[in-house]
Amino acid sequence: MLDVIGVENAAAMFAHVPGALRERAELALAEGVSEQTVRRELADLANANRADDRTTFLGAGAYPHFVPAAVDQLAGRAEFATAYTPYQPEVSQGTLQATFEFQSSIAALLGMDVANAGVYDGATAAAEAVLMALRLRRDRRLVLLSRALHPQYRQVIATYLEGVEDVELREVPFNDDGTTVLPATELLERAACFLVGYPNALGIVEDLAPIAAAVHACDGLLVSVTAESLALAVIKSPGAADVDIAVGEGQSLGLPLAYGGPGLGLFASRDKFVRSLPGRLVGETVAANGERGFVLTLATREQHIRRERATSNICTNHALCALQATVYLSLLGRHGLRTVAEDNLRMAHAAAARLADVGRLRFGGPYFNEFVLELPDARRRWERALERGVLAGLPLGDWYPELEQSLLLCATEVHDEQALGVLVDALGASS
Amino acid sequence: MLPPELRREDGLDGLPEVSELDVVRHFTRLSQWNLSAATTLYPLGSCTMKYNPLANEVVARLSGFAGLHPLVPDQWAQGTLELMARLTQFLRDVSGMPEVTLQPAAGAHGELTGLKMVRAYHVDRGNPRRRVLIPESAHGTNPASAALCGYGVTEVPAGPAGMLEVETVKRMLDDDVAAMMITNPNTLGVFEQEIRGIAHALHAAGALLYCDGANMNALMGVAKPGDMGADVLQFNLHKTFSTPHGGGGPGSGPVAVSALLEPYLPAPRLVESDGAWRWSSDFPKAIGRVRSFHGNVGMLVRAYCYMRMLGGDGLTDATEKAVLNANYLRAHLSRSLPLAVATPSMHECVFSDKDLGETGVHTLDIAKRLLDYGFFAPTIYFPLVVPGAIMVEPTETESKQTLDEFVAAVEAIVAEAHADPAQVTQAPHGTFIGRLDETRAARRPVLRYRKPTAP
Amino acid sequence: MEAPDTLRYSEEHEWVRVTDGIAVIGITDHAQDELGDIVFVELPAKDSVVTKGKPFGVVESVKAVSDVYSPVSGTVVEANDGLADTPEVVNSDPYGDGWMAKVALADPAEVEQLMTAAQYEEFVAKEKS
Repeated sequence: MLDVIGVENAAAMFAHVPGALRERAELALAEGVSEQTVRRELADLANANRADDRTTFLGAGAYPHFVPAAVDQLAGRAEFATAYTPYQPEVSQGTLQATFEFQSSIAALLGMDVANAGVYDGATAAAEAVLMALRLRRDRRLVLLSRALHPQYRQVIATYLEGVEDVELREVPFNDDGTTVLPATELLERAACFLVGYPNALGIVEDLAPIAAAVHACDGLLVSVTAESLALAVIKSPGAADVDIAVGEGQSLGLPLAYGGPGLGLFASRDKFVRSLPGRLVGETVAANGERGFVLTLATREQHIRRERATSNICTNHALCALQATVYLSLLGRHGLRTVAEDNLRMAHAAAARLADVGRLRFGGPYFNEFVLELPDARRRWERALERGVLAGLPLGDWYPELEQSLLLCATEVHDEQALGVLVDALGASS
Repeated sequence: MLPPELRREDGLDGLPEVSELDVVRHFTRLSQWNLSAATTLYPLGSCTMKYNPLANEVVARLSGFAGLHPLVPDQWAQGTLELMARLTQFLRDVSGMPEVTLQPAAGAHGELTGLKMVRAYHVDRGNPRRRVLIPESAHGTNPASAALCGYGVTEVPAGPAGMLEVETVKRMLDDDVAAMMITNPNTLGVFEQEIRGIAHALHAAGALLYCDGANMNALMGVAKPGDMGADVLQFNLHKTFSTPHGGGGPGSGPVAVSALLEPYLPAPRLVESDGAWRWSSDFPKAIGRVRSFHGNVGMLVRAYCYMRMLGGDGLTDATEKAVLNANYLRAHLSRSLPLAVATPSMHECVFSDKDLGETGVHTLDIAKRLLDYGFFAPTIYFPLVVPGAIMVEPTETESKQTLDEFVAAVEAIVAEAHADPAQVTQAPHGTFIGRLDETRAARRPVLRYRKPTAP
Repeated sequence: MEAPDTLRYSEEHEWVRVTDGIAVIGITDHAQDELGDIVFVELPAKDSVVTKGKPFGVVESVKAVSDVYSPVSGTVVEANDGLADTPEVVNSDPYGDGWMAKVALADPAEVEQLMTAAQYEEFVAKEKS
């Protein structure tokens, strides 16, 4: 090969790289090891974690759910995993059709007209929704965020908006039942958009319909943000509540927790806003012989064509995560999804009932699989439970100083009555 | 448990309802309609479609990693945190830069993170500055990321050799330039030989050097961006460190920074105390958070596995072989197709269709015809500075035999272009489906399935 | 390339036809040919004010986006909203049904500064070389 290239040795191929760079470039990284060694090493590291979902009652933006074997077996196929962006549709119909099915399923789940092919995660989806709303309402520079929106999502939005001209972010407080205060008309009239968690970060399922009516009366846009997408199988869809942009995190739809990533950003909207959508879109079309097929489409919105005027800088769509969600939704189907979601509802309500002697529900609003328990000495009791190997949710004082005496607890289909008993014992023990 | 006005009433209409066997058959069939790096050479320039070791996939699925909730107390996550700390050290080594964040979810997300830090740095010095310099040959993500950070973009032309020239950059510098974004090697596959001079000129003008690490596969053990004068660099773990491309993500885009930018890294950051790792938010100058939780950790596990298996020598060897393979293709293919520039190539090389003028065959046709020969196509019509560009990146993991087969296919297609151009312009002929009507897709977008309504 | 004698042309490849102080504006045959199949047209709103040399709309093909620059200054009295559903008309009939906007001229003298058909053909030939 060197002869064909016309060099004497490999080093000669780098002769044009300045010597001052080359002589300092040696890597300090140790010599490589065998697969057997690295797998043993990584198994040891994995074992140094504690990842037992039955003693962990934690949601707060990442949810423990059972994932059927077929999801990983199918989405993990190398033909999917080692392909890239389907630039050549004739030899990428697998990825393209699966993505089209993803868009179809997510649009249906969110009750919206159109969903994109996915973005990174729920938090960045929320940030992209804000940027989209600011494009659609160019004369408005105010963005309203419910304080009951996941705090990390609010932080990401703040990071994204830093340096974007004149935009003012304002938090809207929550009521004593855990629902968001309806902002004054004076604010809504200036706001490009209002973001509300659905369910929100306190676990509460808010009624979005009256909020949408108020926002629309002032010509603003309502954005729903769903961190627990499984809830949508039993709660009214954002579309049915008349939201304009519905975003969320798709991790619950067949993705492992994986310490929080990769996740899957869901992003859906109304047909009339389709050209303002960020990210990738797959569309149906036909081949020369009339056969149905799929292609990337409306790409003129994207960075590789519109460059600095693109709707977003995003380049990928977490395609493999979108595929996992598509397989999961297909496997469970309408009936299976509803069943799992109802199991979640029941398990969380059973947990709350069994904890009635330990603490009280802090908020009165309806909830799906998460709820806020107020109890005296909350943090010390949480620590005591931890010592017994039980992770009793999230001490909410970390997120909301006024909720220092509260825990955000989550129970899903991975838990059972026995697990709930362990939780009640662990939290109640030190009382 | 839910009041009636909050209950879902549509029966989840629009979602499927099929058996598990039907789902298995459906997605197995779909997978067979893809070409992938696992099935064929995928010489997509600038994407580094190397082999993804299957060991990566096994370790990422270990329940201790895959089942770990992101908000567990740090003492429950010591294994993952240790892995993240070690990977950080590996990336410091490869970049030659003192600090790294693993939070960004993809390369473009890393660009955004890096430029947010650049902005915070300038704001701290009293003037955010308003412009970013970007070479004409840059990826579209560069100007899009700059715009997202509130920066205007000024394009910088390259010299005749396809390289940036320090004098050109100097002429464009003033106290309004926040940074320059440079991909090195650039998208022509050419090493920017004046990079250190450019870094010096930028720093003298108070501006910073952003290195786009998309092409790090050409640099491991050969040159460190830190030594080039880079202040910020994003990695693409899915390109350089063998995590799967997934049909378009998830990627992972860790960002390395110089000491100047270290205070602005996203928080929380991993710190060590009393022999254990914990997350700390005690970084008052941090730009904040760019995503939820801690990054695409599943991808970090894979990248760690790869880097550990190869080690320092193996990574250096990977770069050498990547450059060897690219130059081998260049030597052969330049007999059939004209090179965009004669300057030495690193890990990829760019050709054009300009010699095929009279045949009526264009770059797109060559790409489509390659599909008939069983190869995925190179990157085409990019970089934009080369009309009819054909950008080929074989990566280090392809054998000489595969490269020879690819060379033979390109030679055959160029011969066909002269002898029987219709054979090429109407390609592909043998793929699962023929050329698709992209115009129709864009004029009347159909973006989801809807059940046919009953007549 | 077709360029009717009755129209005036801009260097950004727009054409203008003036009747009773109203300028009808579109893109030229050459421009639509360069763009290829047009898939989307974005036009200025009625009553918006446009300025000579400033973008007033966008035309898109599958893989390219171009601004449409106003060849004259004035107020939009009508936009060709039908193009939203049938952008292909810009390809098939650029000087007729593919028109984009009608503008009440602020300064009719601006039209005189535009190129004649002969000048435009020469301009395009020079641009190509």
